[in-house]
Amino acid sequence: MIRNQEQFDAVIKADQRIESDDWMPDDYRKTLIRQIAQHAHSEIIGMQPEGAWITRAPSLRRKSILTAKVQDEAGHGLYLYGATETLGPDRSELLDLLHTKKQKYSSIFNYPSPTWADVGAIGWLVDGAAIMNQVPLCRCSYGPYGRAMVRICKEESFHQRQGFQIMLTLAEGTNEQKAMAQEALNRWWWPSIMMFGPPDTESVHNARNMAWGIKRYTNDELRQTFIDASVPQAELLGLTVPDPDLVWNEERAHYDFGEPDWDEFTRMVRGEGEMPAERIRTRLEAHNEGAWVREAAEAYAAKQQRDAA
Amino acid sequence: MSPGWPLWEVFVRARRGVSHVHFGSVHAADNETALQAARDLFTRRQEGKSIWVVRSTDVVASDPDDEGELFDPASGKDYRLPTDYRLPPEVDHM
Repeated sequence: MIRNQEQFDAVIKADQRIESDDWMPDDYRKTLIRQIAQHAHSEIIGMQPEGAWITRAPSLRRKSILTAKVQDEAGHGLYLYGATETLGPDRSELLDLLHTKKQKYSSIFNYPSPTWADVGAIGWLVDGAAIMNQVPLCRCSYGPYGRAMVRICKEESFHQRQGFQIMLTLAEGTNEQKAMAQEALNRWWWPSIMMFGPPDTESVHNARNMAWGIKRYTNDELRQTFIDASVPQAELLGLTVPDPDLVWNEERAHYDFGEPDWDEFTRMVRGEGEMPAERIRTRLEAHNEGAWVREAAEAYAAKQQRDAA
Repeated sequence: MSPGWPLWEVFVRARRGVSHVHFGSVHAADNETALQAARDLFTRRQEGKSIWVVRSTDVVASDPDDEGELFDPASGKDYRLPTDYRLPPEVDHM
């Protein structure tokens, strides 16, 4: 059991894990609560852009796949809310923070998904970027978060593959289908690149979170890895990455790439535009429409208790 | 051990970073002696760093007869597995 800063530092230094009943610095606890809760909120809100496509998916198989993926996202949200609760706050408190916009979710879910190809691009690029962020989190210094991430990464491995397969099918289809895939790539490329957060020079918490073993790679390192992995995949699809500055740098053995639109990033993080209100409205509607189910469960439990007495 | 002492289920965490895992059960008169008994019985060789004991009667378990009804619906849904998606060899590591 860790009882003070000195013991905490020793565990972190030895790259061991902190558990929920250990002493931990207030800032470490606060950082984790914010990060894991926002991760949970992102899973729950992330159900919406793809959930909207379930009824319009082009085949029974595609509907089944998409339903399974959205179910996974609900499940991953619940794993993560559970991990957050080990740090103190309770579930209803966390949901309130989401509903009142006091905590954020990933702004990637505030981009619209107007065509079926967007579902493919989301799986390929957005889930691809998420996986790249999440794999190192399996080794996060906070045990309950790391363990939740192990399960999540394992379950998510099909998400990216199904997305790429949609893109591949469209890219091999008619000219219209191929154009649809290209337009979706154009829409999702830069937002995916920005999912890794601001550049390291601007990132306020990078160094501290690295020292705490919450983060294992910097934003820019992960961004580069993602670009290096994704460009050949786009080439295989026969699609063009919408970055005129993209070029293989033999010397660095990495792609050089253009500057993302960080002003757009800031606007999205601030929650500008119509979409954030729409997402929260949809979320609240689902929550409120489910109220009778929660009330019925409580009434039934109370009755069982009365009958047993 | 007196007859009538309740049964406790024992969960041990082998080391920091892994979950508590069910090791077995002990009989004991109360919380404290249950923990002591679990420690004596299951961690003689440093098997653990943390122990949970839970009254066996507090464990709500699924009925073995319901196994099919509970778990069979997940079968035949291979689209939940990465192996269900054939991709070209260049990207098959995805």
